[in-house]
Amino acid sequence: MLDKIFAPDKVSEALVVLQNEFPLALWETVYVTVLATALAIIIGLPLGVLLATGDKNGILPLPKPVMSVLNVVINLLRSIPFLILMIMVIPLTRAIVGTTVGTVASIVPLVIAAFPFVARLAESSFREVNPDIIEAAQSMGASPFQIIVKVLIPESVPSLISNATIGITTILGYSAMSGIIGGGGLGKIAINYGYYRYKTLIMIMAVILLIIIVQVFQSVGDHLAKKSDKRLY
Amino acid sequence: MIEIKNLSKTFPSADHTVEALKNVSITINDGDIYGIIGMSGAGKSTLVRCINMLERPTEGSVLVDGVDLGTLSDPELRKVRRNITMIFQNFNLLMQRTCLKNICFPLELAGVSKAEAKKRALELLDVVGLPDKANAYPAQLSGGQQQRIAIARALATDPKVLLCDEATSALDPKTTHSVLQLIREINQKLGITVIIITHQMSVVEEICNKVAILDHGVVVEKGPVAEVFTRPKSEAARRLVFPDGVTDTLPIQDGETHIRLVFTGEGATNSPLIAQLAMNKNIAANILSANTKTIEGKAYGNMILGISGGPDKVKEAIEYFSQGGDVIVEEVTDHVR
Repeated sequence: MLDKIFAPDKVSEALVVLQNEFPLALWETVYVTVLATALAIIIGLPLGVLLATGDKNGILPLPKPVMSVLNVVINLLRSIPFLILMIMVIPLTRAIVGTTVGTVASIVPLVIAAFPFVARLAESSFREVNPDIIEAAQSMGASPFQIIVKVLIPESVPSLISNATIGITTILGYSAMSGIIGGGGLGKIAINYGYYRYKTLIMIMAVILLIIIVQVFQSVGDHLAKKSDKRLY
Repeated sequence: MIEIKNLSKTFPSADHTVEALKNVSITINDGDIYGIIGMSGAGKSTLVRCINMLERPTEGSVLVDGVDLGTLSDPELRKVRRNITMIFQNFNLLMQRTCLKNICFPLELAGVSKAEAKKRALELLDVVGLPDKANAYPAQLSGGQQQRIAIARALATDPKVLLCDEATSALDPKTTHSVLQLIREINQKLGITVIIITHQMSVVEEICNKVAILDHGVVVEKGPVAEVFTRPKSEAARRLVFPDGVTDTLPIQDGETHIRLVFTGEGATNSPLIAQLAMNKNIAANILSANTKTIEGKAYGNMILGISGGPDKVKEAIEYFSQGGDVIVEEVTDHVR
């Protein structure tokens, strides 16, 4: 099998594709992932705050129906497999972006799939903060808003960075899947050449590149999380 | 002045209710270092949290200088908490902030300018004896140092009252002593009223002038420390003040009666009473345990003596000791552990 994958004509074909299509695909994958993650954080972080503080005995209790709706919607969106979610939001994508194919169009389902995940990750980071510290802040006369902004978020920064790293690598994986319904990037190459045209070598190359990108994100994330944690010295 | 009136706190749960505090009434005067002592689960932490309304009482009220805290709105309560501050057993410093910024924190909450806050924080670092730790992070400090930073933080807003919730329970004896001395200095120099929650009698002995003993949510005894120490009336108080269980180490010999002597003033400890008993009355007293404490500068001691030779000898011995006037004698019928 190996001699079939690495036959000389296949290799030269692969190198051609590598030169012509990979650079753009690499750029598309990275920029879609970063942009979708950023938007997911902008929507998901505040939701994470609400999830962590809105309980009955929480820092900023919300009415029970509001919390129920919030939890149900997030659980629902988390349950739908990404591939199916992409297809389900086609009308929304068309409304926002004007088209349903291409990298920009793939950002819409990516953000919708990602923000509930980010919200849950953020919520878990906030719940990790020592409740005694919250109590100490209350004993000093902090308002709920002050507690959220000056205690909850700053004290959970190392955990938030770790979780953001999990988020971005997961979204990268989703972005590769978006290649199936017309999204761009390395996923598109892997699926079009590898799946539809059986060009195994090209698919392997795309996958290796994806692996390298994930490693880079993970290493950078781990390093930042460690550096930001003042409990380690 | 803080008045706690008929305070009760009940925690409801699915199948039963926990009555953490029952009808607690205590008055704390300005300048007091008031100790509240009890075993684990007695309700001490709940009580101290009712004073700054971190817990809301189920019944009863907390009046601070005449103002009923239960009637205040949340913003008003936050203002009061700048005047009644707290330190904790596990320090509860913000780990991602430097020590200086930790001390600035309550000032930030109160809207004080950054420059002013920094100035005040540096002053307080001097007060607690850690001027070089401004830019260190709490994780780099020892437990005793962290508690000092916590104390500095609690003093930032110039409070009138300091609540200490088991503040030395996580510290070794030497560090405990130095932290307690710092608290005493703060009380004497700045006139801050201190309320100390603890389960350790040694802490109360060292700096408190008044004490209330809490047992299963009820105040079983309260009063000046010297009074409660020398004449403990309740079972819980006796258990705390006289924790030596002689029967643990020495069996009661047949025919031996145990008596306890409590020395209440300087006169008693200067004269060799036990030796005099042997020389003048020919009664040999077996010293089974002895414990002396210094409270507010006066020496107090309590001793358990074993006297054999029948009830007449015991009566003679008791009479002999009682004649001085500053010794309290009683027969020990069951040993307190």
